[in-house]
Amino acid sequence: MTASSRPALEAGSLVKTYPGGRGKPPVVALDGLTFQVAAGTVFGLLGPNGAGKSTTVKILATLARPDSGTARVAGLDVAREPAAARRVLGFVSQKQVSDPMDTGAENLVLAGRLHGLSARDARARAEELLGRFGLTDAAGRRVSTYSGGMARKLDVAIGLMNRPQVLFLDEPTTGLDPEARAEMWSEIERMSGHEGMTVLLTTHYLEEADRLADRLAIVDHGRVVTEGTADELKSGLRGDAVHVEVDRRDAVGHALAALGRVAALRDLVADGQAVRARSDDGAAALPPVLAALDAAGVEVRSATVSRPSLDDVYLRHTGRSFASAGTTPAPATPAPATLEGAAR
Amino acid sequence: MSATGRPRAAVRPPGAGTALTHTAVLTARQLRAVVRVPAFLVMNLVQPMIWLLLFGQLFRSVVEIPGFAAGSSYLEFLTPGVVMMMALFGSAWAGTSYIQDMERGVMDRLLTSPTHRGALMVSSLVHQAVLTVVQTLVVLAVAWWCGARFGGGILGVLVLLLGAVLLTATFSALSNVAALVGRDQTVLIGISQLLTIPLMFLSSALMDTRLAAPWVRDVAAFNPFEWAVVVGRGALAPDPDWGEVGAHVGYLAAVAVVMAWAATRAFRAYQRST
Repeated sequence: MTASSRPALEAGSLVKTYPGGRGKPPVVALDGLTFQVAAGTVFGLLGPNGAGKSTTVKILATLARPDSGTARVAGLDVAREPAAARRVLGFVSQKQVSDPMDTGAENLVLAGRLHGLSARDARARAEELLGRFGLTDAAGRRVSTYSGGMARKLDVAIGLMNRPQVLFLDEPTTGLDPEARAEMWSEIERMSGHEGMTVLLTTHYLEEADRLADRLAIVDHGRVVTEGTADELKSGLRGDAVHVEVDRRDAVGHALAALGRVAALRDLVADGQAVRARSDDGAAALPPVLAALDAAGVEVRSATVSRPSLDDVYLRHTGRSFASAGTTPAPATPAPATLEGAAR
Repeated sequence: MSATGRPRAAVRPPGAGTALTHTAVLTARQLRAVVRVPAFLVMNLVQPMIWLLLFGQLFRSVVEIPGFAAGSSYLEFLTPGVVMMMALFGSAWAGTSYIQDMERGVMDRLLTSPTHRGALMVSSLVHQAVLTVVQTLVVLAVAWWCGARFGGGILGVLVLLLGAVLLTATFSALSNVAALVGRDQTVLIGISQLLTIPLMFLSSALMDTRLAAPWVRDVAAFNPFEWAVVVGRGALAPDPDWGEVGAHVGYLAAVAVVMAWAATRAFRAYQRST
């Protein structure tokens, strides 16, 4: 793949509003969303439900039209050349894209035929993908008999039938059990290394973005609030995250006041029954932190120091923690714990 | 084919055959579903059987009213009407397939691929037309078994099928538009209740309109459903008036083509509102 200077994906100041229904103001889904993705990389759009991730994907994949702004896929303006763009993209929507009444193989062959493959080429490509996704034994079964994880793998395989230059994966693991999610992650990791393909991944799992995306953008209220590699975003926070959980929710205010006087801490935020803060040297900050809370008469349940997680990045840029933004962390493990592990 | 580098290697640019190929593979998909769950095909036949057997008995003596169309039995008069009613009512639900595809991500996937829009529409119409043909043959067989005789012979039956197919295409296209714009099954319920019933009664499907109020006849003359009934009944008659039948086939074909074209445009409306 030539390292082209032109990005594989470009969203430029995208604006999209939906009618709000009777008497209600229009809903702003995208409010000047902008990002670029280099060819051959995995780019993550991270944000809570309703942040505008799916709308962005739909516009880039030629499905929806923006009110204003530009969208380019593989250098093609999707508003001007939608047909050309459709030949080089693969789209796996949030919802199941396979027909449950057809078998896995039939779904793949249909997708290949619609992309202009001959019947023989479509069958060969389908077999190859069924093998790659471990679905060969299920190839002749109707998709309605598949497990959620199998159906989702088939969806991704359908998106790959035309060997796309750009693959859109809109929340590929939402609703999957932890085991199926882990399998899907391995698949995505494997295929992003292949074929020089560019992948745009949307997710509301911090863990997923951290693991899969080369670069990521945090989206909130239809805008990119920050962008970079996971490490850049985390190190942009400088120093360690200090997390102090107190025994009663109503003690958080006292704790916040007491910790405000500890010189080693900055960026203090109350988050539920805890106070989060940053420190250049978290370990050295802990003794004064505990002393200050003790002096203020606040009972401490736990105090932890960690490398910053994406959750901290999210909190910093949106003013609220990811968990309280209307989404749940990946059920496999509490997100912050895993992210600490990944960052270490 | 190498795994790297040439993502377009096996992908042909769209040619003249694209629309036909796409229509064929998309129709095959729909017909596979019919074969796998034939229940819909059978369920659609229950109602026409009731009309045929019960209406046929209930109104048996209307043929004796002076001025009623010449013919030996009400069953023979009724059969082409029932065929067209079945085609009309079945087509009103054609959009259900689109609704299902939209509820899943199938429609979005098709629309983000180079799938030919016209093929997406025509395959749906062909699918419905195949259902109509199969059901029509069953209705004709049952009517025959009950004693109806069709003087038009094989040619007459073929022309009746043509009329039924064109009617099916017209109203399936309309139903698909409603599905794409309304995106909800309730819109289809609206069509089948508010549109098909009046169209059915403003026609000669059940009753010779020469015996109805004059305005009914005037309105029926502009009713595509009535055109299909005229085609079917004319074609099955012992001595068909091919001029009249042919003219009505022409009207129906024109409406079907316009509707299919307009319906294909509705994909744009779907995309605008996505």
